[in-house]
Amino acid sequence: MKLSFSPEDEQFREEIAGWLKDNLTGEFEKLKFRGGPGDEHMFPEERKVWEQKLAEGKWTCVGWPKEYGGRGLSIEQQVIFFEEYARAGAPGRVGHIGEGLAGPTIIAFGSEQQKQKYLPGIVAGTELWCQGYSEPSAGSDLANVKTKARFDEAKGKWIINGQKVWTSLAHESDYCFVIARTDPDSKAHKGLGFFLIKMDQPGVTVRPIEQITGTSEFNEVFFDDAECDAEDIVGQPGDGWKVAMGLLGFERGVSTLGQQMAFQNELDEVVKVAKASGGHKDPVIRQRIADLYLRLKIMRFNSMRMLSDDAGDGSLQKEALIYKLYWATWHRDLGELAVDVQGEMGQVLDAEPYELTRLQSLYLFVRSDTIYGGTNQVQRNIIAERGLGMPKEPKW
Amino acid sequence: MDFVFTEEQQMIRDTAESFLAEVSTSEAVRKAMASDTGFDDALWQQICAEMYWQAIHIPEEFGGMGLGYVELVAMMEQMGRYLLCAPFYSTVCLGVNTLLLAASEEQKAQYLTAICEGSLTATLAYCGPRGGRSADAVTATYREDGDSIVINGESSFVVDGMTAGLILVAARAEGSSGEAGVSLFAVPADTAGLERKNLPTLDQTRKMATLSFSELKISAENRLGDAGNVWPVLDKALDLATIALAAEQMGGSQQLLDSTVDYTKERVQFNRPIASFQSIKHKAADMMLRVEAARSAVYYAACVAEEALQGGPLADELAEAASIAKAYCSDAYFKNAGESMQMHGGVGFTWEYDVHLYFKRAKGSEHMLGNPSWHRERLAGAVLD
Repeated sequence: MKLSFSPEDEQFREEIAGWLKDNLTGEFEKLKFRGGPGDEHMFPEERKVWEQKLAEGKWTCVGWPKEYGGRGLSIEQQVIFFEEYARAGAPGRVGHIGEGLAGPTIIAFGSEQQKQKYLPGIVAGTELWCQGYSEPSAGSDLANVKTKARFDEAKGKWIINGQKVWTSLAHESDYCFVIARTDPDSKAHKGLGFFLIKMDQPGVTVRPIEQITGTSEFNEVFFDDAECDAEDIVGQPGDGWKVAMGLLGFERGVSTLGQQMAFQNELDEVVKVAKASGGHKDPVIRQRIADLYLRLKIMRFNSMRMLSDDAGDGSLQKEALIYKLYWATWHRDLGELAVDVQGEMGQVLDAEPYELTRLQSLYLFVRSDTIYGGTNQVQRNIIAERGLGMPKEPKW
Repeated sequence: MDFVFTEEQQMIRDTAESFLAEVSTSEAVRKAMASDTGFDDALWQQICAEMYWQAIHIPEEFGGMGLGYVELVAMMEQMGRYLLCAPFYSTVCLGVNTLLLAASEEQKAQYLTAICEGSLTATLAYCGPRGGRSADAVTATYREDGDSIVINGESSFVVDGMTAGLILVAARAEGSSGEAGVSLFAVPADTAGLERKNLPTLDQTRKMATLSFSELKISAENRLGDAGNVWPVLDKALDLATIALAAEQMGGSQQLLDSTVDYTKERVQFNRPIASFQSIKHKAADMMLRVEAARSAVYYAACVAEEALQGGPLADELAEAASIAKAYCSDAYFKNAGESMQMHGGVGFTWEYDVHLYFKRAKGSEHMLGNPSWHRERLAGAVLD
């Protein structure tokens, strides 16, 4: 076991830290520590400009292969990038769905034409993506999608009908990747297709969903005879589930260490507020702060194991299987603590009618962490079945 | 960054596992725990002669294997899984660590060599009858009398205190308090003025003793480290031992998970294995989460401990890493033991099944070397004060 970074890696750390120090200034100064969980709705326009600033410095898609516009960084250097990014307080990325999900999927499963058409816009930070998976009747049972894709021979296009829900950033996005049923008689994970759909067209309607915070970060997306070019299906009709599941592999990995640095920033803020309010003198609050502190450290050690322990075949090792359940539960506990450390003052709003403080936003927003991307209940099923070989529920 | 076992470390782990699976069976554990000494001396002699585990991280110059803390932790994990009853934790984790940090070269040559030979077991007696982990826990006192040291008072919760050949006794200068005034002495078990009394405890797999010192007289040459100023070194030794203990807890948590999952796959109710019920699966998933997180905490702490002994940038993190590992692993072990008993149903409450052995050891080890609250408060102090 060895935990140190090489001198080259440390030099790389200085490079990215220096770039952020020089560039996260001026018009971008106000974006520091913004756009994170519970704050995603803030400064969308400025954060789009920031994406392009990052692209100028070649700091988007750093883990992608060089041939597709990335830097082809080693895992260690990607870790360093995400750590320094969060340490500097650089804002929540609006391009993360394209960079982390759509792009890697197109690189892994897409055609040459799709690569040329879509990857440059993601690298340049000019084209944003959203993910069209969940539907009203396809939540935890994701394979139960009802959105239909029919190929219109006359138009030479796919015609999409149906509804997606909980679609983050749909209102800001240029494209959506969508799983839809290509075989209308199919069930579950068979007969699905994976489509790359332009958002700006008459057949697509985006309607924001008001969250418990009173703000809207995610949306309902309606497809009414929306069109998708024949060449914009990834893989073959029927391959949709395989392509979509391939994504799950990209959803974990090195960016988790950046996520943890952002968590550290949040915990630091809670500690600051606890000290200012005197809450840190309460022995129970002290235990809770220490508990979150140590569990965050362990989250980091666990990610280091994940990064060192890649079987190379896309299968999840045990420490990776627990990751979503672990961080989501941690974050929910942090949200509770954030309000509790302030005592009665934790209740008081920033302003009328319903302006939440940052920590109140966090307190509310984290309730979604244990629901989206596989609820805690579904995560426990996955852990028990894949990690421990326990039998599935009998069908009925 | 390479946060996995090397091939050699994996081999050491595998060897420990297969050896212990054979010798530390449920039957062997029960026999040992019912004995006066708490362990099978023939097995301990076999470990010392054939496996050489007692010498694992003792430097080669004293006859040791000169391996690192990761290797030690890998073995402690397996000992925890198989509930090994042996004076390994007391001799190696408490004794050797303390000697490595506090003893002079001559003292090391004397004691470590004897430990490597298998002719000496050791333990550490640091806290008084009320236990504790802070410097205030040291209540035995000493005074200087010419070239001699005279010790009075009591040390309790001394692991293998009835059987250890060498007892490293922490005592404070008469009239001192807090961290100041603490000294450490190497006291052979046959020294006049030492009375040892077995301390019966809930966990029968680990024997403890209360030691009384009445005008116990030893040569000043038996002092380890600085006079009256040894607490920082002792504190560090306790943290090293804590990391090893956390590894044992993690191994126990793993074993509880494995045996419980196996049981639920075999146990049929309502015409299906109970492992197919989500209420059971979700408990098992939480157990696995705790085991994996505990494992990450322990392996990281092992790397820190290695640098604390050998030097390196992580050395400064010792106290933090120890507290993280001990707080988390203590809770994980106890929770997994409780859930295991629940998931076993009625048989989990019987003497025949092994669950209670783990359930009891979990509670015992939780309160050794600082309980989770103590460790969380130490972390809170570093973060908040």
